[in-house]
Amino acid sequence: MRLLPDLSTRLWSVWQRNFQVFRRLFWVNFVLPMAEPILYLVALGFGLGMFVKEIGGVPYPRFIAPGLVSVAMMYASFFECTFASFVRMYYQRTFDAIIATPVNVEEVVAGEILWGATRSAINATMVFLVVVLFGLAPAWCLPLVAGIGFVCGILFGSMGMIATALVPSIDFFNYPIFLYITPMFLFSGTFFPLSALPRAVQTVSWAILPLTHIVSINRALLIGPLSTNLFWSVAWILVVGAATFLIAIRLMKRRLIK
Amino acid sequence: MNSSAPEPLVVARGLTKRFPDLTAVDHVDFAIQPGEVVGFLGPNGAGKTTTIRMVTCTSPLSDGSLLVFGLDVTSHPREIKAQIGVVPQDNNYDPDLSVIENLITYGRYYRLDPKTTESRARELLEFVQLTDKADARVEELSGGMKRRLIMARGLINQPRMLVLDEPTTGLDPQARRLIWQRIRELKYSGVTVIITTHYMDEAEQVCDRVLVIDAGKVIAQGTPAGLIAQFAGSEVLEVIPENPEQPDLLATLATCGHVQRLGDKFELFAGDCPNTLETIRSRIKLVSFGVRRATLEDVFIRLTGKELRD
Repeated sequence: MRLLPDLSTRLWSVWQRNFQVFRRLFWVNFVLPMAEPILYLVALGFGLGMFVKEIGGVPYPRFIAPGLVSVAMMYASFFECTFASFVRMYYQRTFDAIIATPVNVEEVVAGEILWGATRSAINATMVFLVVVLFGLAPAWCLPLVAGIGFVCGILFGSMGMIATALVPSIDFFNYPIFLYITPMFLFSGTFFPLSALPRAVQTVSWAILPLTHIVSINRALLIGPLSTNLFWSVAWILVVGAATFLIAIRLMKRRLIK
Repeated sequence: MNSSAPEPLVVARGLTKRFPDLTAVDHVDFAIQPGEVVGFLGPNGAGKTTTIRMVTCTSPLSDGSLLVFGLDVTSHPREIKAQIGVVPQDNNYDPDLSVIENLITYGRYYRLDPKTTESRARELLEFVQLTDKADARVEELSGGMKRRLIMARGLINQPRMLVLDEPTTGLDPQARRLIWQRIRELKYSGVTVIITTHYMDEAEQVCDRVLVIDAGKVIAQGTPAGLIAQFAGSEVLEVIPENPEQPDLLATLATCGHVQRLGDKFELFAGDCPNTLETIRSRIKLVSFGVRRATLEDVFIRLTGKELRD
């Protein structure tokens, strides 16, 4: 068994297929993702912010803005590579149709994950635009946010794809969502600093929750300060991202090739 | 490419596929010549689909060897798949795309030039009579139209060989005839065709040669006419006796040839039907009787048994 997957640029034909379908529903796909961060900003940032005022000298809406951008990165690719990919794989048999052509399984899976990563970049960008409109972050960070969204999207997309390779049916996605994604949404420093939590929880959070690292990177980028600790977060994302990507391809191959 | 004697397009030797709970294909040998239309005939679960999935490089072999276009399926799947068209059993069209987009997007998987793909897609829609549905959503198409779309999709890369898995299952007679006609036209234009079916009329209509597959083995092969002559004779005698439970009935009938019972009806594969009928009528009281032409179905039932398969 080869260690690295057999990938070629053909994987972009899979990406292109998804983009073609996505583009058609422009308003649903591009504009609607902006609604959620507005709700969070108004309800939590400005509502709850009335009482919280500021955290570490940063006004509360400004504090949660990088959190919201990070959450968009997580949700977009994770949901794309679970529910949407599962529908294409299982209900529509799209993957079976594609692997009858010179595109192989590895490229289908990689194309799906890179598409999920693209959605993370798009959604993070849309949320970031909202944040900029509210005057909570500098606009020049946009390309960086999109880039970080893409890289983090590979990680979350791969995690989603691992779930897709393992679930017996679509209902089983509730396990990773309720047991992993939702706790991550709450305990990654998105809405309050991790230092508010017990030491043990903090350790676990840094060890197994990618969102913790992403929030820390985005917060440093949008608010500052940049510190050398960020290097470890970037390294964590890259290493775990690469590992989950390879595992996702291997598990999907096992599921699809019989 | 060797230009002298035509080499077989597909050569399977000892081809085997084992799953944890069963051996779906069990040491099968066959060869397919360029330009042939070959039918894989067998009951459900016989191993037809598994065999063609190995030929189309989407399922790895457990044992044996398989060459397609002279290339090993294990080491050269991309090169082989680039020259094959596949019409799978499920209509796995892309429901998110329109009819013409289904073809163009599929062409992209073959890295075809987008301009050529579009004109080729329009030609193919013409070929399968879907031109006026080009921009329709696939979900709006009838079952027969969906099947034709999948057939057109299988031709987008101008394949040397088209592999169709039960292409007309569930279609009405008109739709079936159109597909058969197109398969014949493809044959005349030089495309080699493999088709799996459990419809005997389909095999007789379109196949030059038939491989009868049962329980993962090829149990007979030949032209449809040859197989009928060999296993069923030219005619079949059908008799309905007054008392189907008469004790010596089967033994008596069996003296005249191979007998098969279908409820209260007995089918006899006897060489000389008029004489046989006289003999039988002298010994058994019949409610009715008839002589009909033997078909591939008789061969099939005789070779694979008449029990229900799942």
